[in-house]
Amino acid sequence: MLSDFTPLFIQLLIAIGLSFTLLKAAALIGPKRANTIKLTSYESGMDPIGSARDRYSVKFYLVAMIFIVFDVEVVFLYPWAVTFSEFLDAGVGLGVLSVVFLFVIILAIGLLYDIKKGGLEFD
Amino acid sequence: MDLSQAYASMTGDLANTMSLLIVALAGLALVVFDAFKNRHAATPWIAGLALTAGFVFEVSRIGSAEGMAYYNMLRTGGSAAFVNALVLGSGVLSVILTAPYLKRIGHNIGEAYSMILFATVGMLVLGSANNLVTVFVGLETMSICLYILTGFIRSGPGSTESAFKYFLLGAFSTGFFLYGIALLYGATGTMDISAMRDTVADGGSIVFWAGVAMLLVGFLFKVSAAPFHMWTPDVYQGAPTTITGFMSTASKTAAFASLILILNVALPGERWSEVLAVFAVITMVLGNVIALSQSNIKRMLAYSSIAHAGYILVGLAAGSADGYSGALFYLMVYTIMNIGAFGVIALLEWDKKEGSEQTLDSLAGIGYKKPLLGWTMAVFMFSLAGFPPLGGFLGKWAVFAPAVEAGYVWLAIVGVLTSAVSAYYYLRVLVVFFMKPEDAQSGAAATNFVIPKSSAAVLIFCVVLLFLLGVTTYAIELTGSFF
Repeated sequence: MLSDFTPLFIQLLIAIGLSFTLLKAAALIGPKRANTIKLTSYESGMDPIGSARDRYSVKFYLVAMIFIVFDVEVVFLYPWAVTFSEFLDAGVGLGVLSVVFLFVIILAIGLLYDIKKGGLEFD
Repeated sequence: MDLSQAYASMTGDLANTMSLLIVALAGLALVVFDAFKNRHAATPWIAGLALTAGFVFEVSRIGSAEGMAYYNMLRTGGSAAFVNALVLGSGVLSVILTAPYLKRIGHNIGEAYSMILFATVGMLVLGSANNLVTVFVGLETMSICLYILTGFIRSGPGSTESAFKYFLLGAFSTGFFLYGIALLYGATGTMDISAMRDTVADGGSIVFWAGVAMLLVGFLFKVSAAPFHMWTPDVYQGAPTTITGFMSTASKTAAFASLILILNVALPGERWSEVLAVFAVITMVLGNVIALSQSNIKRMLAYSSIAHAGYILVGLAAGSADGYSGALFYLMVYTIMNIGAFGVIALLEWDKKEGSEQTLDSLAGIGYKKPLLGWTMAVFMFSLAGFPPLGGFLGKWAVFAPAVEAGYVWLAIVGVLTSAVSAYYYLRVLVVFFMKPEDAQSGAAATNFVIPKSSAAVLIFCVVLLFLLGVTTYAIELTGSFF
C-alpha cells in the first residue's frame, strides 16, 4: 500500500530539491548591484513612514473572532441547505428548519452579548 | 436511512437528555440576561435552579436501565445517570458557595455562572459519551470553559498566569488525545466505543495500542495523574477557590467516568491494567509526598487531589467490575469532601487575598474563632485521610479491595502506606486550626467576617453526607449495581 505513494514522494523530493537549488543558484550566480532605491522596503511604492512598532487597538481580534464564528456557521449551513430538500420530501422540513434556526440563534446570542458588552465599539 | 424516522428518533431522545438541554438553555439564557443586567442578584439563582432541575432529572434516571440516545452517541440511565447526577450535584453546591464568595472578594462577575453551566454541559457530554467524537466534544467544551473560569479574575496576577498555563498545557494534551482518537479510528474503523471491542478481537495492532496510549495521556492529564500533573498546583492555586472546588471534582468525575467506560467497554483483555497500576503508584507517591512540604493550603489540597486521582487509578487498575464501581463510589465521596474543603478555604479568604497567599500560618487558631469552619474542616480532613466512620474510609476500601482481589497486593500496600503519609499533612491543618496560638497580625481581621447561611448549609450538608456514606452501604451497593 505504501508503495503506491512512491511517485508522490519522488515528486515531493523533486519539488523540495528544485526550490532549494533555485534559491542557492540565484544567490550564487545572480548579479548583485545594490543601490539606494533597490534597498528600500517598497521599491516602487511609497517610502515607509514612522516605526512599524506602533501600538494599535487589539479590539480587532474581537472582530476576527466574530468573523470566524460566522464563517464556520456558513460551513455548517451549506451541507444543511444542500440536503434540505430531502428533509422536505420526508415531511420533516419544519422540524429540521427549526433545528438550524436554533443553531443560528445560539450564534446570534453570542453576537448580541458582544455588542452589549461594547466589543464592537472602537475608540 | 428513512429521514422522517430518524427525525422522530432524534426528537424522541431529547426527553432522555433533558438535563443536558436544561443546563445548556439556562446557560444561553444567562448570557442574554447578563448582557442586559450584569451582576444581577438573580444570576446565581437561575444557574443553581437549572443545575438542580438537571440533578433531579438525573437522579430519577439512576434506577432505569442503560440506554443510548442520538444513535449511540450518548448513554442514558444507569451509570451515566449516576455520573451526570454527581457532576450536576457538584455544580449546584459550587454555585451556592460561589455566589457569596465572588461578592466578598469583589469580583461578582455574572459570566462566571454561565461558564459554570457550559462547563457542566461539557462534563455531562463527556461523562455519558459513547463515541470518541462525542468524548472529544465534551472534553473540549468542559476544558475551554474551565480555562476561562480559572482566569476570569483578571486583576490578580496569579489568576491570569494559571489560566494561561492551564490553557497551553491543556491544548497540548488535547493534541495527544485527538491523535489517539485518530489512531484508534485508523486501527478499528469505528468511533463507537461499544463497537470498538469487536474489531480488535485478535488483541489489537500496534497502531491500536499506540492510540490507546495517546488517549490515556489525554485522560491522565485531565484527571491530573502524575506524571501529567504539573499544571494542577498552579491552576488550583490561581483559580477562584470555589471554582477550584468545582473543577477538581466535577471535571475529574466526568473524565474518570469516560475513561472507565472506554476501559470497560472498548479495550480487550487486561493488558493496560499494569500500565495503570504504574501510573497509580507514581501518582499516589508523588502527590502525597510533595503535599507534605506545602505551606499554602490550596496548593496542599491540589497535591492531595493528585494523590486521590492515584487512589481512583488503583480501582481502575484492578480492571474488574468491583474496581470500576469502587472508583465511581470514590469519586462521589471525593466530590463531597473536596467541595467542602475548598468551601471552607473560600470562606477563610476574608481579606481579598484571593487565596494565593493563604498559608497555614495565617490561619493559626481559626478553629476556635470560627468553630463551624474548624469542625467541618476537621471532618473533611479526616475523611480525605480515610478515617472511619467517614466516607473517605469506605471509599478507600472500595478501590483497594478490588485491587487485592485482582492480584495487585503490592499496589494496595503502596496505597495504604501513602494514605498513612497523607494523614500527616491533613492533620497538620487541624493542628494549625486548633492547637496553634493565633497569628498576631491577622488576629483582628480574622474574626471580622460573617459566614453566609447558604455556605454554612452546604458545609453541614457535606459533613452529614460524609457520615452517611461512611456508615450506610446504600451508595456503595448502588454503584456496585452498574457494572
